[in-house]
Amino acid sequence: MRDVTAEEIESLAIGAWILGTGGGGSPYLALLNMRQLYKKGVVCRLMDASELADDDLVAVCSNMGAPLVGQERLTDPQTMALAITMMEEYLGRKFRALMSLEIGGGNSIQPFMGAALLDLPVIDGDCMGRAFPEAQMTSFAIHDLRMYPLTLADVRDNAVVVARAASWKWMERLSRKACVEVGSIASTCKAPRTGKEIKECAILGSTTKAIGIGRAVQAARRAHRDPIDAVLEVAHGIRIFGGKIHDIARRTTEGFLRGTATIEGLDEDRGHTFTLAFQNEFAVGWRDGEPTVMTPDLICVLDTVSGDAIGTETLRYGQRVTVIALPAPPILLTPKGIEHVGPRAFGYDLDFRSVFA
Amino acid sequence: MRRRIGIDVGGTNTDAVLLEEDAVAAAVKTPTTADVTTGITRALAQLVERAPGAREAHAVMIGTTHFTNAVVQRRQLGRVAAVRIGLPSGASLPPFVDWPEDLARLVRAEVIMLEGGHEFDGRPLVPFDAQGMRAAARRIRDAGIRSVAVAAVFSPLNASGEEEAASILREECPGVAVTLSHHLGRIGLLERENAALLNACLVELARTTTRAFIQALRGSGIAAPLYLTQNDGTVMLAEVAEAYPVYSFASGPTNSMRGAAFLSKRDEALVIDVGGTTTDIGSLRHGFPREANNVVEIGGVRTLFRMPDLLSLGLGGGTMIQAAPALAIGPASVGYRLTEQGLVFGGDVLTVTDVAVAAGLIDLGDRTRVAALPAALVNESLARIRAMIEEGVDRMKTDAGEIPLIAVGGGSFLVPPRLAGVSEVLNVPHQSVANAVGAAIAQVSGEVDQIFQDLPRDEAIARARRAAEDKAVSAGADRATISVVEVEDLPLAYLPGNSLRTRVRVVGEIAR
Repeated sequence: MRDVTAEEIESLAIGAWILGTGGGGSPYLALLNMRQLYKKGVVCRLMDASELADDDLVAVCSNMGAPLVGQERLTDPQTMALAITMMEEYLGRKFRALMSLEIGGGNSIQPFMGAALLDLPVIDGDCMGRAFPEAQMTSFAIHDLRMYPLTLADVRDNAVVVARAASWKWMERLSRKACVEVGSIASTCKAPRTGKEIKECAILGSTTKAIGIGRAVQAARRAHRDPIDAVLEVAHGIRIFGGKIHDIARRTTEGFLRGTATIEGLDEDRGHTFTLAFQNEFAVGWRDGEPTVMTPDLICVLDTVSGDAIGTETLRYGQRVTVIALPAPPILLTPKGIEHVGPRAFGYDLDFRSVFA
Repeated sequence: MRRRIGIDVGGTNTDAVLLEEDAVAAAVKTPTTADVTTGITRALAQLVERAPGAREAHAVMIGTTHFTNAVVQRRQLGRVAAVRIGLPSGASLPPFVDWPEDLARLVRAEVIMLEGGHEFDGRPLVPFDAQGMRAAARRIRDAGIRSVAVAAVFSPLNASGEEEAASILREECPGVAVTLSHHLGRIGLLERENAALLNACLVELARTTTRAFIQALRGSGIAAPLYLTQNDGTVMLAEVAEAYPVYSFASGPTNSMRGAAFLSKRDEALVIDVGGTTTDIGSLRHGFPREANNVVEIGGVRTLFRMPDLLSLGLGGGTMIQAAPALAIGPASVGYRLTEQGLVFGGDVLTVTDVAVAAGLIDLGDRTRVAALPAALVNESLARIRAMIEEGVDRMKTDAGEIPLIAVGGGSFLVPPRLAGVSEVLNVPHQSVANAVGAAIAQVSGEVDQIFQDLPRDEAIARARRAAEDKAVSAGADRATISVVEVEDLPLAYLPGNSLRTRVRVVGEIAR
């Protein structure tokens, strides 16, 4: 267990936005909350999963809803804490620690917001190793762990417990319905996990990894070095394509932002075209019509100059971007993992081939 | 004949041009004065002297960096009461939350957070706390605060909370200036609220400045209506604009790029604007500046304003050169004191202009005063300047190919005729007053950004377009000339039904 510095939270926000692979929502508002809390003297603690006893209980936290609503309703540590304490009341047991559902985007910081108010440590890990659009796209689902109960709280003191659900899909439907009713933004505490489940089924070390990526970007910027090179080096990634956004088509179906972005090559990729398909997050990339990179490999689109991640909602014509791939956590690469989060899970009839193979 | 006057008030020079139809009939350049208006009066007097037709102008457009500078330099800012309507949401992130502390300390007079606001679908979040607003209004009055910024959750979709707050403020605090966030912008509460707060702290300065502008105009015998230019290359009637000073942020660079496109008749090019203190390099696309992708910070405050994507270098005609112990160019500049402090003007500061005169790039002041400068110093300085410009051009290019570069601004003589990565350097007539030309050709715009539900896409866009046109007309546009310049629609993930965020921007000619 160790203290997390204010600088590390800043690094986490940058690294997590890159690991968000275009989704997960910008960490900016969560970061602002953490700055406020740290100004008041809060110091969060990061806990290694090995420090958990097998029967300890861990809360898996996330904010749910539309990122656009978040831009107006903002985000508040109180609701996160409420979802967690409600779960404790429902279970009649106390949590030992909190953990993030997904390390990609704003949800990387949500457990720290809850932890600041509840004085609990945050586990170094998550269950996606990135961001994904659907509830069953987690390492816990791949391991067939139970998906209920779930608590959901809004800022007006509305709260819901989903006591049971017949499947991950049902859990998604029931909780989504409640979330929409309270204004498409809510804090949720997912099915609680035991220390043993965390140690065996979570994606461990991902918080430290995100902090490391963010720190590398910051150091490169300070030294006027290429921040993208720094990301590739620290996260063992591959540069896939560089160019400028030429066309973007988006549509909403079944509550997801789907679409494609076309990039015209520059410099060494001049004369080539790269197409990216996304469902909240980037799913598949084609170079001149040939599929070259696909989920669960992490596909990240970065601003070529600043190294800042660009989300699927903020892609715009004319942006100069570099597409990179980062390796996926091993659990996502197992046959069962590919079933849950491979290209076919996103509707692409492709056999998964890793760029790192 | 259609006559328009464009004026640009920069940090160093105040420029004025008269356009007759689409031709530059006269152009003048005068030093900016500390009180701004004296410079404008002088520029207008010279303009009228050269082209008496200027008195019959149909419209006068002024572009000024006065309000941006006030924020950046932290001067002449008013104290503001911030009213946020949206509790219980957002309680942990109050107004001014991400402001630089020194600026917040100057501006923040009172922070009030009240229950109210709306959901994305127009339902109330919680009922508006009108009683709390009335109590707050009385506190504002008793504290003697003269300007209030009001921001409510989802006010771009439903402005009733902000409107109700405004009417209570007007009842309880007669004469108080009220800025409502939904007039300034888009979805994104903190950024929209920041814009409202910046506006509120500039409103008093804007009122006195605008009125001084009008006085300067009338004093020069010009009866035409006055417009102020905005950051998107369009204008607003001064009577409207004085309530929205934030819209003028970054209008200077936009004007010079629009002017460069107009004078060179090129729509796709890079533009380099060399002023007295800085050089801005931007990219023209379809005759308008390419906009920055990122959130734009003004004096350290995060906003969502659309700003041209610019690279600024600390290089201008007034940039100081240090010859020893090692050669250093800038970034310090003598600014508008160039004509007193530069060597060729009888001063004792070595500036970039002195080196240019010594090399024969331009004939200014007294050339004999720089005749003794060592040739090595002159050559090395010019080589450094070339390297700075070439690197800047390269960074702004989106393409490895060579493209044209339009040189404008009072210091455009510093741009070498041949540069790496550039197909041709375009020097156009009146290039030193391109910013004033850009102001003169500005049109009037209207913009709407709204979420529509369960409407076919075409119908949603048509509705947004009608609302944008109405806004443009109320800002002074001739309805018959309005055209759509931008349509953007974004389906919203995770929202139920068929939610579409639609943004439409229209521009039109100024109504005569």
